Amino acid sequence: MSRFHDRSLIEDLEPERYELLPSLARVELDRRDFLRSVGGGLVVLCLLRGSSAQESGRGRRSGQAEEPREVGAWIRIAEDGTISAFTGKVEVGQNARTSLSQAVADELRVPIGSVVIVMGDTDRVPYDRGTFGSRTTPTMAPQLRRAAASARATLVGLAADRWGVDRAEVGVADGRVSHPPSGRSLGFGELTEGRRLVDAIEEEDEPTPPERWQVAGKDAGKVDGRDFVTGRHEYASDISRPGMLRGKVLRPPHYGATLEGIDASNAEAIDGVTVVRDGDFIGVAAPDEATAELALSALRPVWSEPEEGRPSDSSVYDYFKQNPGDIQRRDEPEGGGAGAIDQALGRSDAVVESRYRIAYIAHAPLEPRAAVAEWDGDRLTVWTGTQRPFGVREELIDAFGLSEESVRVVVPDTGSGYGGKHTGEAAIEAARLARASGRPVKLTWTRPEEFTWAYFRPAGVIDARVACRDDGTLTAWQFHNSNSGASGIEPPYAIEARDLGFVRVDSPLRQGSYRALAATANHFARESLIDDLAALIGMDPLAFRLKNLNVDRVRDVLEAAADRFGWGSAEPGPGRGFGLACGMEKGGYVASCAEVAVDEESGRVDVVRAVTAFECGAIVNPLHLHNQVEGAVVQGLGGALFERIRFEGGTILTDRFSRYRLPRFTDLPSIEIVLLDRPDLPSSGAGETPIVAIAPAIGNAIRAATGVRIRSLPLVPEGFRGEG
Amino acid sequence: MARTLEFRVNGDPRRVPAEPDRPLLGVLRDELGLTGSKYGCGEGQCGACTVLIDGTATRSCVVRLGNVAGKEVTTIEGLESDDGTLHPVQQAFLDCDALQCGYCTPGMIVASAALLAEEPEPTRERIVDALRRNVCRCGTYNRVLDAVALASDRMKGGDR
Repeated sequence: MSRFHDRSLIEDLEPERYELLPSLARVELDRRDFLRSVGGGLVVLCLLRGSSAQESGRGRRSGQAEEPREVGAWIRIAEDGTISAFTGKVEVGQNARTSLSQAVADELRVPIGSVVIVMGDTDRVPYDRGTFGSRTTPTMAPQLRRAAASARATLVGLAADRWGVDRAEVGVADGRVSHPPSGRSLGFGELTEGRRLVDAIEEEDEPTPPERWQVAGKDAGKVDGRDFVTGRHEYASDISRPGMLRGKVLRPPHYGATLEGIDASNAEAIDGVTVVRDGDFIGVAAPDEATAELALSALRPVWSEPEEGRPSDSSVYDYFKQNPGDIQRRDEPEGGGAGAIDQALGRSDAVVESRYRIAYIAHAPLEPRAAVAEWDGDRLTVWTGTQRPFGVREELIDAFGLSEESVRVVVPDTGSGYGGKHTGEAAIEAARLARASGRPVKLTWTRPEEFTWAYFRPAGVIDARVACRDDGTLTAWQFHNSNSGASGIEPPYAIEARDLGFVRVDSPLRQGSYRALAATANHFARESLIDDLAALIGMDPLAFRLKNLNVDRVRDVLEAAADRFGWGSAEPGPGRGFGLACGMEKGGYVASCAEVAVDEESGRVDVVRAVTAFECGAIVNPLHLHNQVEGAVVQGLGGALFERIRFEGGTILTDRFSRYRLPRFTDLPSIEIVLLDRPDLPSSGAGETPIVAIAPAIGNAIRAATGVRIRSLPLVPEGFRGEG
Repeated sequence: MARTLEFRVNGDPRRVPAEPDRPLLGVLRDELGLTGSKYGCGEGQCGACTVLIDGTATRSCVVRLGNVAGKEVTTIEGLESDDGTLHPVQQAFLDCDALQCGYCTPGMIVASAALLAEEPEPTRERIVDALRRNVCRCGTYNRVLDAVALASDRMKGGDR
């Protein structure tokens, strides 16, 4: 219940006076902008506390004496009864629009279809750092829930006052507030009686616990699914503006190339073409795409020669080891660290020392980067697909020297991201071309541009020395990851001595976020090492894990996956192998089992069957959770088996789908998903963690089938070749 | 007056500037405003641009405008009835929640509709084969297979 619950509501305020309100005085002042456009009805703001304001809020406001009170989200019930919720999160296929609708509908006791979620429009929603890190479900859903619960309480109070009855006798159901003893009822909008009511709540107010959820916790289809199956939904790349031109950007022939000169006269001579040159940026705007392409091909640039000695996809692993930056070590329990490792190795019966190699891979979102930019004087509006609308706004502010108020970024529901759309390249390019041509400009990256000039999941090298005793006790765990990252580096096992480290390296390719970050790489190496230790002491891989796991929630998913798979109840047929793996990351717990068939003659490897068990607290929407987990497993198959970026001399060789293999229908194993519901625990996000266990499960299954340990991702890009 | 080229789109005759080498996808999206067909790769590898040309599922990103003169093109926008009734495949995609980001969905639905028109009761293997060049990067393949099977069942029942 709101701590401001008993304070009288403030009515009919001019936006300029909002900051005078007791609860709103602490709201950062420029947040008032949102309220200006809100209009009548009831508005409830959810204020963030310091820690989450830092996480969801703007860390860049340094030097400010007092910590600002950030608004995380808000709910509005308009005079016509329309319920809207405003959030800086975006929809990229993870179905947050649906899950957030469920949270609001739940608290307001309305059908899910009565809620409109306004997402990712920087003029209309509160600041948010971005949609990544599996944060929407654990942080945004509770905020909207609290705001909606407070709105419901306010409506009850308004009705009780109006009817002169005890509020305990007033109920809310099906979008109406009613007083059963007298038979009176009113719609939400009617209760505000044309007033403007603004309330604010603190985020620590308790949201409704899962066991009392009505709408959440149950299957709900994609709320606006019809717009997608009819082709009506407009992605950024589908948006059209009056007088809009099409833009293209001249790309260098290889990384590191600088422009030494250009003859643009032929391109400029084409009717309707504007050529824009700004440093190394060369772009064209033309009335249609064909003319833009023609103009681009008519440019005569002179580029610098490729530098010698750039790493290739085969030499990059040596490069990582030869160019180490600082090592960041995890805080070690007592007795840990490098010295303790050597001692622990001395009292071990089985030792495995291995190097693992992880390739760069591409997100390859099916919708490439795209943006439409439109200037109105010094005011810029950009529609683009990104996971960070406010981050892209920052990039635009910096690129064009604009004020925050003069840039609006609008993010239509986007053709996926997987961590690959944190940046605003296309937005800046479209805005440059639009400013120079004086017309709105649409710019859509081609697939080769997306493969070459976006960023990749980092490649990496993992060096490990691990050991155990004959009874299965894990003794030593030295595990150093170069370049790939530290996510998921923490083992869920009890180990006597540990030395976990991440070594930064300057990556030769542009790299960035990817679904689950380095947790995939670290789980792949760790769960492979665990199997190798189990094999050395002749212990079953499942029993070995169960002996050493010290996280109950991992144990639960591992047992669930093994049970569904039938681990231990059958022997694999000839040429076949079973493998399993487990882990945790970002509040999610996952285990996968896989069966593979390896034809050592032809090298063909098929994943025949995959079982994944996942647990992320209270399940918000089983239908969509299942979809996320299965989608992660399918995407994970690609990175496990064959996806890799090949590059040489500063050129990306795998720059299109005919050269970069993606999982297709024909790669599909039989997939079974087991979801563990924990209504006693808060919900975590689910977009990332389900991907981390499939690659090691497959690697372990290949080893079981062939006796060969493959220590690289992807495992079999050219099929099984009988070597690690 | 500039030369034009005529073909039918979703039942209506359309006349566009005669640029026979231009990919059909760009004509549909930019000239005719039919943005349901998507660009995904430009080389016929992902299927996001799939349309029907005289009933055959075709990659509109690699088909040249000159090749569709006089023909009937059906896009995702043409599958829904005028009264708003969805094609059984569209309805089945909704009912199976066979999408995540939805960008591949129009192409998947058009390709599946073509399959069912030709082969009303395909096996799962046959559906896989027909859709093998359609990519869903979100990995929703199993649900797509379920949706096509559901649509097949319903169409057999005389829904359409």
